[in-house]
Amino acid sequence: MIYQAGNYEVVVIGAGHAGCEAALASARMGCKTLLCTLSMEHIALMPCNPSIGGPAKAQLVREIDALGGEMAINIDKAQIQMRIINTGKGPAVQALRAQADKQEYYREMLKILLAQPNLDVLMAEIEDLEITQDRVGAVITKTGARFKCQAVVITSGTYLKGRIIIGDVIYDGGPGNQFPAQKLSASLLNNGIELGRFKTGTPPRINRRSVDFSKMTEQPGDERPLTFSFISPRINRPQLSCWLTHSTAQTHQIVMDNIDRAPMFTGVIKGRGPRYCPSFEDKVVRFSHKDAHQLFVEPEGRHTDEMYVQGLNTSLPEDVQMAVLKSIPGLENVRIMRTGYAIEYDYVPPAQLKLSLETKAIEGLFTAGQINGTSGYEEAAAQGLVAGINAALKVQEKEALVLKRNEAFIGVLIDDLVNKDIDEPYRLLTSRAEYRLLLRQDNADIRLTAKGREIGLVDDRRWQDFNSKMETLEKTKTLFQQNTFTPADLEATAFLKEKGSAPLKDRLSWWDLLKRPEIGVSDFENMNWINVLDEDIAEQIQIQSKYQGYIAKQQEQVKKFEKMENRRIPVEIDYDEVYGLANEARQRLKEVRPTSMGQASRITGVNPADINVLYIYLEKKRRN
Amino acid sequence: MYDDIIGAISTPLGEGGIAIVRVSGEGAIEKINKVFQPRAPGKDLRSRKPFTLTLGYIKDEEQGILDEVLVSIMKSPRSYTGEEMVEINCHGGALAAKRCLQRVLSLGIRLAQPGEFTQRAFLNGKMDAVQAEAVIDIIRAKTERGLKLALKQMEGKNSQYIKSLEDLLLEANMLLEASLDFSEDIGDLDYRRVRELMESSRDGIDKMLRAGELGDVYKEGISVAICGKPNVGKSSLLNALLRKERAIVTDVPGTTRDVIEEYVNIQGIPVKIIDTAGIRDTSDLVEKIGIDKARQAISEADLVVLVLDVEAGMTEEDMNIYRSLEKQERIILLINKDDLMAKNIKQKDIERHFSSLDVIWASTKDDIGIQSLAEMIEKKVTAGLADNEQLEFTVSLRQKELLKEARQYIQEVLEALELVPMDCLGVDMQNALISLGQLTGRDLKEESIDRIFREFCIGK
Ligand SMILES: Nc1nc2c(ncn2[C@@H]2O[C@H](COP(=O)(O)OP(=O)(O)OP(=O)(O)O)[C@@H](O)[C@H]2O)c(=O)[nH]1
Ligand SMILES: [Mg+2]
Repeated sequence: MIYQAGNYEVVVIGAGHAGCEAALASARMGCKTLLCTLSMEHIALMPCNPSIGGPAKAQLVREIDALGGEMAINIDKAQIQMRIINTGKGPAVQALRAQADKQEYYREMLKILLAQPNLDVLMAEIEDLEITQDRVGAVITKTGARFKCQAVVITSGTYLKGRIIIGDVIYDGGPGNQFPAQKLSASLLNNGIELGRFKTGTPPRINRRSVDFSKMTEQPGDERPLTFSFISPRINRPQLSCWLTHSTAQTHQIVMDNIDRAPMFTGVIKGRGPRYCPSFEDKVVRFSHKDAHQLFVEPEGRHTDEMYVQGLNTSLPEDVQMAVLKSIPGLENVRIMRTGYAIEYDYVPPAQLKLSLETKAIEGLFTAGQINGTSGYEEAAAQGLVAGINAALKVQEKEALVLKRNEAFIGVLIDDLVNKDIDEPYRLLTSRAEYRLLLRQDNADIRLTAKGREIGLVDDRRWQDFNSKMETLEKTKTLFQQNTFTPADLEATAFLKEKGSAPLKDRLSWWDLLKRPEIGVSDFENMNWINVLDEDIAEQIQIQSKYQGYIAKQQEQVKKFEKMENRRIPVEIDYDEVYGLANEARQRLKEVRPTSMGQASRITGVNPADINVLYIYLEKKRRN
Repeated sequence: MYDDIIGAISTPLGEGGIAIVRVSGEGAIEKINKVFQPRAPGKDLRSRKPFTLTLGYIKDEEQGILDEVLVSIMKSPRSYTGEEMVEINCHGGALAAKRCLQRVLSLGIRLAQPGEFTQRAFLNGKMDAVQAEAVIDIIRAKTERGLKLALKQMEGKNSQYIKSLEDLLLEANMLLEASLDFSEDIGDLDYRRVRELMESSRDGIDKMLRAGELGDVYKEGISVAICGKPNVGKSSLLNALLRKERAIVTDVPGTTRDVIEEYVNIQGIPVKIIDTAGIRDTSDLVEKIGIDKARQAISEADLVVLVLDVEAGMTEEDMNIYRSLEKQERIILLINKDDLMAKNIKQKDIERHFSSLDVIWASTKDDIGIQSLAEMIEKKVTAGLADNEQLEFTVSLRQKELLKEARQYIQEVLEALELVPMDCLGVDMQNALISLGQLTGRDLKEESIDRIFREFCIGK
């Protein structure tokens, strides 16, 4: 029997990385919010790798932080190792990565959720959505509770009709042996949402005490670990190490001997898996010329012996997994703690979404995270934050937040999802961002804090910190731009000579001097020409001066891009009425329903002639 | 509403006819003025009234003259497109118009897409809604035709070649991007390999551009001016090449007074042959005008045949004419009347004074050396353009523009390689991919991401 159980403004279904951000954002923006989870013990679960960040993903985490999301702060609390990777490859691709204590990550996130005013957390499976006149009105739990609401955010990850595959052992299940969500898919289908099926996988976990680390290479954390959040305190906990080993010819032989038992090859797995994350058996077959694949052994937390074997994601039968592990240097006596598996799940092909992450078919219904065909905790959290914000804005009858490709990696992510044909789980890469040099992890706060403040997610303390940072930054910039050296400056001349830097020919500003590769802000500090700067200020001065030329080039590109973005397409446009569109373009335009000419031009299947035709149509309409 | 300037040739290209280079967009007048030299001093384009014609020249980068032109300007909104416009009427025919357009494009003006002028006209309110659909038909028809053409070309050698160039760049980009996004799986960037790839793609582009120039030589033709002092046999040479009595020939020096142009096929190349008045100091007004015109025609020609008379010998007049040709890159020295006994020009004189020139001993009377001249002309105008690898020579202006653009970006990456951080290299690399990708309509950025997954073993 269905009974009336409560009344909320926003209901979030699923408390993974997307759901937690969505619920917190909505509640913090003043909406009465309900967060439903299948299991109270598995909130903010990391069912795959124990790490957050890395190229493109670190940028996402920093952006989430600048907008007032939680992921950055939470991983700063739960980290057991921090490392900057890609140093020396340029500021745009430098990226922070954390190893997480999974348990601690869960506990810290739970604390935040429970302490959050306006937010209720409920353990319940949502089986049905109540939709009237294409508008969401309530959710109904397995046990019959009906919660009235104005907006729903589904962040169900890989739980929708989840199916676990380990060799020939196949059963319905969510990640980490959770229950799957069996009914929600049908409810979505009934309401006109199309579903597709993807596959992903995870490696086995092993017992730390069964590993011989002497045969592996240690990968320690950074000596001075940085934080993701712009407002986290400095980290001074001891850092744990990861370990590097590799597969052997014998490993590959074992895989090949048992390949007929691999679900990928027996045809048991039908969902499309990501190419950037192939299973180990896939790698052995496809890259047969390689005699070793590198494997990282990573701790899953401080208070557990479980370790994650990065590079070994597999759905081979358990006995083969065991044999494979034992053929790896350092794992001769290994004991498995969790078996690796593949998981198939339903997803919502994201062309059905608006850039706000609201579904086009059902007003007030938003989807975010892996249900939208993405992979990765960071991608999920970023979408969750945007969906939560937009659900709240919807309730408050305000205009949706849409970040553009030149503003944030979050913008690139969502724009890609909506406009591209997503036929495999989507992972963000720095190379997907056209304006990468502008979207750095170091300037996420400069790019987005004001936006977060406007929405209402940036509290006074963060706002004040940010403003005083900006003030100092401006002052310091002026200092560098206005001060100069001349060839007559004896001290400067001596300094340049010592640095092996060319002597001055003319007057040169400090700012321009900084553009020389061999000169850095620290030189100015060491020479006592300036007081010692805050690290983040020094970093900005350094990057903004040194890369000024290339940054300017990117800004030129952005200008062109924005012109097209700013040409809006009215929502009521009837593409059947547009004379001269190619058929495929018409079809795709009807599906995606772009909001700007820029977006239209990025849709797979729409070519420049169609864009011209569209221009003329819109102009004609405007005149009539 | 548009802030870029577009340009294109807007009359059908034909031999000898007047072709118009049209330019439209805010600032068009200012831009064209930079390459325009008015015939009458002070007739700066910026000071001219709309719809007046101004006679003058389009100049090349070295301030040399490309063509004599009539320019008219129009101001917004009173023009076809409703924008500021410049129309350049080129007198030198198709080839000259093409060169003028290229010069115009070198100013940062964008080559217009099919139907784009009309589209702008419509969007700026210069046409009513009924006409709009006609415009769409133009766009559709032209792009469809363009598409068919492109498809046809796709089957040709050129598209294979462009594809191979794209692949080189694609691989370079893939290596760069893979080492940025998957540094731990892949390791450090192989700079040497990237440099190799980028250099090959650049050299390939150069090859293609040269092939295009060669194609232009055969398609659009060249101009050859015959010059020399009076009575050396210039008109006789024109007639000999034409194999008909076109120009008046007499033994009176100063017979030819006007510029005579004729078309002839030389070794498969359409050549415009220009006979000019013999150059000398004269007080005759008509002859003077003819000599001025001769100088003008000579300065515009692709190749000059300097004619000497073996009987008359080598005089100060000849040397003066030769000196006036210093800007000419291609000169052939033809020593005429070799049938005569009086040899007042010696081999060693030639070596002393004209050592850098190719020399032909000829007699227009006895048809000696005329075939050698034809072969020499072909050799000179195709020199350095043909590579052993046989490319098709159909490189359209649009392709040329894109190739040049891509080349520029590639060069910038090459110059920055190993000096700037890798993410910065990506900025110009991305631009190069976009320019090159437009040639075949490939999304090279997307493809290179695909390639990363195909070539490298990446994953959890
Ligand atoms: N013997 C001999 N006479 C020639 C030859 N070519 C031209 N002539 C004669 O040279 C004279 C001048 O020839 P043109 O062709 O009119 O000379 P031009 O250079 O055009 O003279 P202008 O137009 O006056 O500058 C004529 O009498 C020709 O018959 C030649 O190869 N051999
Ligand atoms: Mg003559």
